[in-house]
Amino acid sequence: MPIYSKKVMDHFMNPRNVGEIEKPDGIGEEGNPVCGDMMTFYIKVKNNHLEDVKFKTFGCGAAIAVSSMVSEMAKGKTLEEAMKITPQLVADELEGLPKNKFHCSNLGAQALHKAIKDYLSKEKKGGKK
Amino acid sequence: MRKVYLDNAATTPLLPEVREAMVPFLEDMFGNPSSLHEWGDCGRDALGEARNQVAGLIGADAEEIIFTSGGTESNNLAIKGLAQAQQAKGKHVVVSAIEHFSVLHSARTLEKWGFEVSEVPVDKYGMVDPENVRQKLRKDTVLVSIMHANGEVGTVEPIQEIARITRERKIPFHTDAVATAGTIPLDVGELGVDALSLAGNGFYGPKGVGALWVRKGVRIMPLLDGGVQEGGRRAGTENVPAIVGLGKAAELAVANMPERIKQQAPLRDRLLKELPARIERVVVTGHPQNRLPGHASFCVEFIEGESMLMLLNSRGIAVSSGSACTSRALKASHVLIAMGLPHEIAQGSILFTLGVNNTLEDIDYVLETMPPIVDRLRQMSPLYAKFVKSGKGGK
Repeated sequence: MPIYSKKVMDHFMNPRNVGEIEKPDGIGEEGNPVCGDMMTFYIKVKNNHLEDVKFKTFGCGAAIAVSSMVSEMAKGKTLEEAMKITPQLVADELEGLPKNKFHCSNLGAQALHKAIKDYLSKEKKGGKK
Repeated sequence: MRKVYLDNAATTPLLPEVREAMVPFLEDMFGNPSSLHEWGDCGRDALGEARNQVAGLIGADAEEIIFTSGGTESNNLAIKGLAQAQQAKGKHVVVSAIEHFSVLHSARTLEKWGFEVSEVPVDKYGMVDPENVRQKLRKDTVLVSIMHANGEVGTVEPIQEIARITRERKIPFHTDAVATAGTIPLDVGELGVDALSLAGNGFYGPKGVGALWVRKGVRIMPLLDGGVQEGGRRAGTENVPAIVGLGKAAELAVANMPERIKQQAPLRDRLLKELPARIERVVVTGHPQNRLPGHASFCVEFIEGESMLMLLNSRGIAVSSGSACTSRALKASHVLIAMGLPHEIAQGSILFTLGVNNTLEDIDYVLETMPPIVDRLRQMSPLYAKFVKSGKGGK
């Protein structure tokens, strides 16, 4: 049996929303290459909704699939809804992750949340938009 | 789709001749070699023949061969058994930093038993300097274990030179030859070692069978207590079909080794030369010349090994990686780290290990398939984006 579910393989082989956003409203980075996985999320916000979500990921199959899934789950949601995406929900949507990959590769939600917080802190400062 | 198996360091396929030799011992010739009747005779004869065949592979005497359940058991038996048998003389053991876990973790167990263990470093090619071994030796050193070649980076170690030093000091010297036995010419007399581990699935024999050679006169404590099989050094009814397979594989290795090397070395050289030429920022790991004939290993910068492995698998190509994500312990290869590679580069580890079935077409298929896979993963990689922005990216 392959170690990954069909859903993980689908998101790994055909990742959604890969890339960077030019002039993003928020950027969030999580993990580091030393431990093997690193993800950067870029968001565009309009009327409190995630109008666009893109990511770049260095890591294993699970890390790439998680990033893709998070981007898909987050797109179109309000910021509050997106903040409620948890690693467990992501893993559930992916029909499970191997046990040893759950913590190290499942950093997508945290990276997304960092991007949202980045946006909110810029907003507070009365920055752009 | 084309299927290309390039993970012979993990295991080689079983040769049809080996399988054929094994089958009678899974059928009518099922006797226990310890039995005194006709069925037992048959098993005993088979064991004897296999012992001669394995001894022939490494230039040993047949009675010096102990059959085991594979490389891991051979290494456990060597490290724990030799150290324990010598402990009246001292409790210090020397190993290299890049040994297989079956050696390193056995050494760790020795520490729990009150031994001290010193690790010899390696250079950037994964090569042990014999002088560094000499420096680690103490009055109470009772065992040195340095592998013949490393399966992850392919580097062949200067065993003869190290043996000269251990012999002067009369310290037993074990070498883990799982990566070399049946692959490159090997003679225990020439090497000058006192014990040597080998495994069946390293050279087209079955899994779950191996051997430890221990020079006559060198004492060893058994790991398993029980009957007096294998001269009392390894209790338990022998795995006759697998041992017969091991013997046959050894015989075939002796007969076909020059031809196998002639077939694989040029394919390896093509990979070693062409992959770094076709993909920027690829480094060869291991020694450029002193390496196993079928071993080509690399680190591809800015991407991670498991994702490369999976995309290659989706194109029918089987390889290995030493990245953290591919190990169950989620740690980057201790071999690459000992060679001084930074963690983020070690994550991009990938190794191609050739076998008797590989052809030039296989290699060309890899050379054609790899660049777009690397490119695809790099387009996803934040590390590559940073590299490109730094202005160093070319090609």
